[in-house]
Amino acid sequence: MAVPAPTPPPRPSHPPESGSGLDVTPYERPSGVHPPLDFADYRSTALRAPHQPLVLLPHRLTEITGPLLGAERVTAADADLTAQHEGEPQGQRIIVSGRVLDTGGRPVPDTLIEIWQPNAGGRYRHVVDDHPAPLDPNFTGVGRCVTDSGGRYRFVTIKPGSYPWRNHPNAWRPAHIHFSLFGRAFAQRLVTQMFFPGDPLFFQDPIFNSVPEAARDRLISRFDLGLTVPEWALGYAWDIVLRGRGATFFERQDGHR
Amino acid sequence: MIAKLTPSQTVGPFLAIGLPWPDGPFVVPEGTAGAITLTGRVFDGAGDPVTDALVETWQADPDGRFAHPDDPRGAAGHGFRGFGRCPTGPDGSYRIVTLKPGPLPGPDGETEAPHLDVSVFARGLLDRVVTRVYFPDEGQANEADPVLASIDPARAATLIAAADPDAPGLLRFDIHLQGDQETVFFDV
Repeated sequence: MAVPAPTPPPRPSHPPESGSGLDVTPYERPSGVHPPLDFADYRSTALRAPHQPLVLLPHRLTEITGPLLGAERVTAADADLTAQHEGEPQGQRIIVSGRVLDTGGRPVPDTLIEIWQPNAGGRYRHVVDDHPAPLDPNFTGVGRCVTDSGGRYRFVTIKPGSYPWRNHPNAWRPAHIHFSLFGRAFAQRLVTQMFFPGDPLFFQDPIFNSVPEAARDRLISRFDLGLTVPEWALGYAWDIVLRGRGATFFERQDGHR
Repeated sequence: MIAKLTPSQTVGPFLAIGLPWPDGPFVVPEGTAGAITLTGRVFDGAGDPVTDALVETWQADPDGRFAHPDDPRGAAGHGFRGFGRCPTGPDGSYRIVTLKPGPLPGPDGETEAPHLDVSVFARGLLDRVVTRVYFPDEGQANEADPVLASIDPARAATLIAAADPDAPGLLRFDIHLQGDQETVFFDV
């Protein structure tokens, strides 16, 4: 996606209101972007997605603030998933890099990103993963980093493999990396998955396809020769966009998902 | 909108390799003066424990302040993390050690009763679900709370933690994703 030059943070768009005079500018309430909780094609939703309608929670102090977790939780080594063991992991070495922005195009600096993924054979280092692909003694599949002052992040890892699951006959997940982000407010918290361009498995994946069609391509990284390190690693670019604050950036204002 | 919002996806069944932290459940160290323990179990629509969920909490400090620059009163100058994170165990239980938050002023002069915001992530949840925990010893404040007031009274009780008369400082808060006792979840 085209990234505009950063703009200054918005000033509160309305004067303090009566009462306490606290200014609590809300975050946007997007619709048509996030998946519905109730999505029958993904079978695990059946017993877990709430049945009652969600209750609108206007943003007050608890929602416009959030944990500011950063540098104290990571070391530089945490961003290189290929260097966490004595040897190098098997697989295609890749670089995944981009910016964390809000919907106003403003970078989100100093924010913690956590990732996890399977190895090149599509196996997670987790006791519940019984996919009969080998574990890689040199790959844990967990990384962390903190965005810089421009909201940029960069991981070195290996390209994750696809793996079968039992959601439907002959079901396979497209290759993906799990991402967890905090932003700077409880309202901005996001857990998502990054996919790779041209994956032939998209059409049969209910998790990817749970996202409204117009927004699905936002989950797919872009091959980037500029990020590629010659004779060493392929580069994939992926910007992650969190909710913006203030009415200017509302997609719709009706509060429905 | 200048940049396009990134959609949510489920944490899947393997979040336990990436998200738990050794100190995650301890918003304050165990044994801190005045610490409370919030514990409970997460259940699915069949009444079975959800053993692969992650519960996160966010809250104000005991004075009702946040160590955050967007608190319009200014950031509280202390190290209270305010954030807890605990994966559920084989019985679906989580446990957070923290301090009881204070009441909060609202933009229209109202007062919010002491509460924690809670996110639940799990396989089968394509987005987090969000709820709130209120306190059983805050009857009057809960009566005046604008969020509780917006909820069907028959369901609002799902947001009040239960005290344990045999264990001072222990609060129980079960989370039912579905069913007769389905917890109230919010559109944040």
